[in-house]
Amino acid sequence: MSNIKKFMYVNRRAPYGTIYAWESLEVVLIGAAFEQDVSLAFIDDGVYQLVKGQDTAGIGMKNFSPTYAALGDYEVTKIYVEKESLEERGLTLDDLQHLVWEDEDDDWAEKDSIRLVSCAELAQVFAEQEVMFNF
Amino acid sequence: MSILHLVNKSPYERDSLDTAVDYMLDGDTMLLIEDGVYAAMSGGKAASKISGMKVSVLGPDLAARGISEEKLVDGVTVVDYAGFVDLVESNDKVQSWL
Amino acid sequence: MPIEVNGKTFETDEEGYLANINEWEPGVAEVMAKEDELELTSEHWDIINFLREYYEEYQIAPAVRVLTKAVSKKLGKDKGNSKYLYGLFPYGPGKQACRYAGLPKPTGCV
Repeated sequence: MSNIKKFMYVNRRAPYGTIYAWESLEVVLIGAAFEQDVSLAFIDDGVYQLVKGQDTAGIGMKNFSPTYAALGDYEVTKIYVEKESLEERGLTLDDLQHLVWEDEDDDWAEKDSIRLVSCAELAQVFAEQEVMFNF
Repeated sequence: MSILHLVNKSPYERDSLDTAVDYMLDGDTMLLIEDGVYAAMSGGKAASKISGMKVSVLGPDLAARGISEEKLVDGVTVVDYAGFVDLVESNDKVQSWL
Repeated sequence: MPIEVNGKTFETDEEGYLANINEWEPGVAEVMAKEDELELTSEHWDIINFLREYYEEYQIAPAVRVLTKAVSKKLGKDKGNSKYLYGLFPYGPGKQACRYAGLPKPTGCV
């Protein structure tokens, strides 16, 4: 198809303090129906969205962190995490969920979705995009 | 006259923590809630801002964000909702740095 | 409209989806299907159970496209296609099966 566009969703907010993170995730899931070339970027406080071990029982809010693991099913396989944002917050990739997608054309082999990139590298990825969504 | 300083914003997104720290006097206590709890994670750039101060964090907000207690800055204490009420009671005033 | 199952009352939203997913029991699906004049077979239950497992793991009801692909992987290609799924659930596998399973309406379904 020739009308496939490169969509980038930029996530810069922590998960529960505001509604941005959940709204973004919903838009991504709904938008997946349009079968575009989707990428997600997590920078600044957005990296907190992917931290593993979230348990919201005590705050009475829906824990939507398991939903990130479904992104592979929705053919969202490019998830960029900015290195500088992790470092500033004392986080490493080990603190994040291990997100994978299954490659149907490769006998459902599991492949990593998360790509750890520097700010400079991510800027290049942004430059290649056609549509940017900001949350 | 002691004050309980409440901070509910991420230190990496807003300046609430900086201002609250500037206004902390001897005998005051800081309670980090909601996105404010990120300040109490050791290894983060904001951690040094609260070191040596009397700081508590709200446990349910930590758990929601996937932060285990071993990750906290030394000296920070975890309180539950009842502990939150106790802190409000044991201080003369509450200053909420929204 | 609340529904009655084995003498118990279950609240639903205006579109007939269960208000509280945690209250669900198999009888809910049976009663909902009866209202649609549908008899639930083990083939229906395969899909309903699959949806409940999917929700349990990911906290969302999958889009039809995702459901089709996942069913294909788990239950075989002869079941992982929309013809088969619509045959089971004529009102749409996403909407109807999710409703029977006590799930919210799939995200993106209008």
